[in-house]
Amino acid sequence: MASIQVIGDKCIGCKKCVKVCPFGAIEMQGKLAVIDLSKCTLCGACVEPCPVEAIVLDRGDRPAGAADDSRGVWVFAEQRGGEIQSVVFELLGAGRRLAAARGCELAAVLIGSGVEERAGLLFRRGADKVYLADHPGLRDYRDEPYARLLTRMIREYKPEIVLTGATSIGRSLVPRAAVQVPTGLTADCTGLEIDPSSGLLLQTRPAFGGNIMATIKCEHHRPQMATVRHKVMEEAPEDPNRPAGELVRVSVTEADLASRTNVLETVKEIEETVNIVEADVIVAGGRGLKGPEHFAMLGELAKALGGAVGASRAAVDAGWVPYSHQVGQTGKTVKPKIYFACGISGAIQHLVGMSSSDIIVAVNKNPDAPIFNVATYGLVGDLFEIVPELTRRFKETLRR
Amino acid sequence: MNLIVCVKQVPDTTDVKIDPATNTLVRQGVAAVLNPFDAYAVEEAVRIKEKHGGKVTALTMGPPQAVQVLRDAIAVGADEGILLSDRAFAGADTLATSNTLAQAIRKIGAFDLILCGKQAVDGDTAQVGPGIAALLDIPQIIFVRAIRELSADKIIAERMTEDGFDVVESTLPCLISVVKGINEPRLPSLRGVMTSKKAVIPTWTVQETGADPERIGLKGSPTYVHKIFTPPARTGGRKFEGETAQVVEAFVKAAAEDKLFAP
Ligand SMILES: Cc1cc2nc3c(=O)[nH]c(=O)nc-3n(C[C@H](O)[C@H](O)[C@H](O)COP(=O)(O)OP(=O)(O)OC[C@H]3O[C@@H](n4cnc5c(N)ncnc54)[C@H](O)[C@@H]3O)c2cc1C
Ligand SMILES: Cc1cc2nc3c(=O)[nH]c(=O)nc-3n(C[C@H](O)[C@H](O)[C@H](O)COP(=O)(O)OP(=O)(O)OC[C@H]3O[C@@H](n4cnc5c(N)ncnc54)[C@H](O)[C@@H]3O)c2cc1C
Repeated sequence: MASIQVIGDKCIGCKKCVKVCPFGAIEMQGKLAVIDLSKCTLCGACVEPCPVEAIVLDRGDRPAGAADDSRGVWVFAEQRGGEIQSVVFELLGAGRRLAAARGCELAAVLIGSGVEERAGLLFRRGADKVYLADHPGLRDYRDEPYARLLTRMIREYKPEIVLTGATSIGRSLVPRAAVQVPTGLTADCTGLEIDPSSGLLLQTRPAFGGNIMATIKCEHHRPQMATVRHKVMEEAPEDPNRPAGELVRVSVTEADLASRTNVLETVKEIEETVNIVEADVIVAGGRGLKGPEHFAMLGELAKALGGAVGASRAAVDAGWVPYSHQVGQTGKTVKPKIYFACGISGAIQHLVGMSSSDIIVAVNKNPDAPIFNVATYGLVGDLFEIVPELTRRFKETLRR
Repeated sequence: MNLIVCVKQVPDTTDVKIDPATNTLVRQGVAAVLNPFDAYAVEEAVRIKEKHGGKVTALTMGPPQAVQVLRDAIAVGADEGILLSDRAFAGADTLATSNTLAQAIRKIGAFDLILCGKQAVDGDTAQVGPGIAALLDIPQIIFVRAIRELSADKIIAERMTEDGFDVVESTLPCLISVVKGINEPRLPSLRGVMTSKKAVIPTWTVQETGADPERIGLKGSPTYVHKIFTPPARTGGRKFEGETAQVVEAFVKAAAEDKLFAP
């Protein structure tokens, strides 16, 4: 059985392990680190930081390298209504980098109905190969047929790495497919690198509501699978002159299409037509807005800047804006170019949802509000005066 | 209707403190609580039971003290709890966690609906729900914000998407994961608390669960944490104070200089 221990003779009492333990399971007893096994989850986060290799995690005898002949980087080309989603171009950007490091080809997996002509776009964005499953029965995203087909392609063609967008579809599809393969899956990655010495994929992701970053490895199973957060990776540019690569048609039988779920209807709800996850500019409001009627004022500023409206949980819980606008730990994670936080104090649960925005502008009347600790620009004052004034000024300068 | 709710004990993230000297998280002494998303799953299960009759079984995998989240579930209306606890379960990634929970569910036997939270706020992967569904070979509806209809053999639910929701129909048995906002979890009644304190909760080890030792814990986990670090802290930039006109002027000027809105 797997086990962990601290070698007393080696431990120098430096406390590095205490700091990295996400579960608070390590305590110093005098100069010795002691692991509380009732709290330890054997996650292994403390092993590498120990400068003297005093922590030994015995993983038990693990299965030896399965499918070593696996090769190639794959990207799941998510489409909705036949449109390739922009996250796919980001995956192709990241995938190209990884494929170069591994000296292998980059392929895209396209599943849908009447989507064959979309393969051209994937080639122009850098795919060397496109695996295509095209059938009228695949028009709507449904977990079972999609997961079944993806699983079968993976088993048959044995890629080394498979990337999928961490979208609502991606996060439903790949956890199901990965288990069927079976292999490991890293969630919601924000960093992907190839380890030069081992050739393994180093998958970095936020956990604990963004409070910590973890780098995950999948050593003995193939493919190494990851969902990747939208708006983090650099898009692969479109090259109109790039020649089409190889199109591999995957046959689809009636049995492949069997599904116990059906999509009855698709409803769009975001009012401003701009989805906050996609928006380059977000103007968000919190309890400082004082009532639902004042969100229109934020909408004006958002409109002037071509952005969308976001909200803190306090504003959502008060019923001023629908939940689909909530940013934060229990809402959406966003990474716009510019994030305006108006009348938002900057609680940690809000910050984890927006602190990787390129630029943060805070408007708050309390000069000590924690939001100012993360703001690129802090505007101290009454938002009811500042926001309309900003709208007026930007309307002038940007002429929208 | 037989309902199974998967609940996880997590560190209370509202308690998170940053050590100003080292800029790292202080996790010691942080209380352990029921994963907030799982509270919605429990509430939804109890509401279904109240409407359609049946039984709610809460299931958790964790260390012995994780029994508390089962008591929390019983206090608000779950009928029974099962604790999966064994050192051999530790170190599980989402594949091994799904394997353990799926095996326990097979052992429990008949069920119509399995409810999970959207994600656990520590591991944050949202992978365990779909994993269990795949292993039990049942359909799934992930990120459910409302159940529209439920009958003996069918469920119709609203599944959240980036810009709204899909209305999805599924046969039963089925697994759903629920998001915040699906309901307002009730507070436990005094009687509920008394019942939960007295409840006898069985602990299943690897043997009782009947899990394959190769597919659980660290051994059954393809992924592992190689390294953990705190994200580089963001620091504050420029702050503008004074009269509104001055503040706005200073910001608009800075925005132009820094080319904030350059196309
Ligand atoms: C498990 C859990 C999950 C959570 N998830 C989320 C989440 O996803 N998203 C989220 O946002 N929160 C979340 N929270 C809640 C979070 O802890 C805070 O309570 C919340 O973010 C506060 O919202 P707020 O900043 O709008 O309100 P407040 O903290 O009340 O701040 C209001 C701010 O407005 C300012 N203000 C008031 N009037 C004016 C004015 N006229 N002009 C300018 N400024 C003014 C005040 O100075 C103050 O700073 C979560 C909490 C928990 C426990
Ligand atoms: C920093 C860090 C990063 C990690 N990253 C990954 C990763 O990328 N990939 C990976 O495979 N593993 C990862 N793990 C391991 C993972 O956290 C564990 O496998 C954990 O047991 C389940 O994952 P989760 O917490 O993300 O749960 P989620 O999948 O987010 O949980 C969803 C729902 O499943 C149910 N559920 C989850 N766990 C339990 C349980 N123990 N008992 C009962 N119900 C439960 C609950 O209803 C919960 O709401 C990571 C662990 C750490 C510490």
